[in-house]
Amino acid sequence: MRLDKTEISLGLVALACVLFGFVSPGWLIFLLTIALAKALVVQGVVMQMRSGLVSFGQGLFYCIGGYTVGMGGQFFGIHDAIAALSLGMFVAIVVAMLLGLLLTRYREIFFAMLSLAFSMILFGILVKSQELGSTDGFNVHDWTLFGWAPEAGAGSQHTVFTMTVVSGLIVAVLIHRYTKAGIGVICEAVRENEVRVEYLGLSPRWLLYGNYVAAAAVSALGGGLTALATGHVDPEMAYWTTSGEFVFIALLGGLGHVAAPFIAAIVFSFVRTYAIEFVPHTWQMILGFTLLAVIIFLPKGLWSLVSREKTGERA
Amino acid sequence: MTCILETRSLNKEFGAVIAAKDLNVQINKGEVVGVIGSNGAGKTTFINMVTGYLKPTRGEILFNGKSIMGHSPRAITRAGMARSFQVAQLFPEMTVIDNLIVALAAAESARPSFLSPLRSDARIARAEEILREFGVENYRDSLVTAVPQGARKLVDIAMALIGNPQMLLLDEPTSGVSVDEKTDLMDTVMNAVRQHGVTVLFVEHDMDVVERYVSRVLAFYSGEIIADGEPAAVLADQQVRDLVTGHRPTTKQGNGAS
Repeated sequence: MRLDKTEISLGLVALACVLFGFVSPGWLIFLLTIALAKALVVQGVVMQMRSGLVSFGQGLFYCIGGYTVGMGGQFFGIHDAIAALSLGMFVAIVVAMLLGLLLTRYREIFFAMLSLAFSMILFGILVKSQELGSTDGFNVHDWTLFGWAPEAGAGSQHTVFTMTVVSGLIVAVLIHRYTKAGIGVICEAVRENEVRVEYLGLSPRWLLYGNYVAAAAVSALGGGLTALATGHVDPEMAYWTTSGEFVFIALLGGLGHVAAPFIAAIVFSFVRTYAIEFVPHTWQMILGFTLLAVIIFLPKGLWSLVSREKTGERA
Repeated sequence: MTCILETRSLNKEFGAVIAAKDLNVQINKGEVVGVIGSNGAGKTTFINMVTGYLKPTRGEILFNGKSIMGHSPRAITRAGMARSFQVAQLFPEMTVIDNLIVALAAAESARPSFLSPLRSDARIARAEEILREFGVENYRDSLVTAVPQGARKLVDIAMALIGNPQMLLLDEPTSGVSVDEKTDLMDTVMNAVRQHGVTVLFVEHDMDVVERYVSRVLAFYSGEIIADGEPAAVLADQQVRDLVTGHRPTTKQGNGAS
């Protein structure tokens, strides 16, 4: 398997992140773990944005990933982190395969609202489920990794951080290839001209369906990792504000590069954390101004700063 | 001659408006057929029904002897009938060569790969050949929105031909193209069509283009076919002159490029 420049760069950054994990304080490790896990969900949102669809319900798969990890340990004796994460992705794929049959018939605001509706249905079901802790959710059981149980606290935190970085790297490389592969480029073609795609003998609907299912799997992985990192899941994971946050991060980063959602998620986490720390009553306003500034000055997202720099170098 | 496309009593109604009325057409393999008619005569409706874009109200459409009624545009394309559009249907945020590469990938498989790169060396080389064949190699890396209308039309037609169709339907291939460019454009298209051995049906308003390139003309008026035959005969027909072409002087250039 030959790696291109982007994939090598991603690998080096991931290695640097893992090494950084050994020297950085616990709070920073935790913040980065959550940011990177959310970036995986955002990758799912971005995959769909590239095909012209905006999902306001990606929290559905984030929640499915998280709850499957939690329920696997709590009710089915699945304590291995990899098995639980894989199961979360599998469940998300099955759900996406069913919902996708309906959702991929719709475009624009209808797709956005329907995806949001399904996410809110899950939220409603979880809120009403006493066995799953209702609005409080429940704690995730202690987990293992190939039979090895990390120490509670810092050990566990560092392990899940490393797992998140490695997962992020694998997903980033796959998505990087996906966006350059047939389906990735043709999904962009669907966004640009669905009629032409149809008259090339392809089914836009099935292309969007494949994209939707793949995006669901990636987002569920992000949900599962968040559950492992926080040790807790609750219905808020499927709430519309959570899905809105993923769209926010996607816009913040832009669609220009596979690394953009990771950078945007980290920036978002820092802005929110420090806004809450210093202006606890107006932190939402700070986030609002941040998004406003990005939309006005960087309409193609934070990544356009990097691409501008590259263009400048070439010139 | 073998019939490639046949319509039987094809009708299309939009409420009270009858856009197509009992259209009975037989197109034989290898023919180059021109469709003429004033605006609203039903020419594009006919093409849209045959290519699956519009569902006929009644009637039958046979392609290579098999019914394609109710088939999706992609199924009809896969069956071997391609089309171009009055307004070129391209991918505006992609370069000219990338438009062709997408078409090449689509022609290779209905299920695009999840991980193999779309821009393979083989596809790039083939796309460059097509660019040269259609004389648009100078626009290779230009966004399609930045190239002239004539070149855009050629790219649109090239994309339709990439899947090696048996039949090609062109909806006003020279519309929006300057008078000077029309002949070059049609010569390029007809050369490509001859190389591919494709049956062609095209809608056209320019009677000089019709006379020059087609072997047969269908004249539409108010959803009906009012004349069908050799260009000279159809264009000289009194009803066609009254209702479609106006009283223009008829010229006999023959099928110069066919």
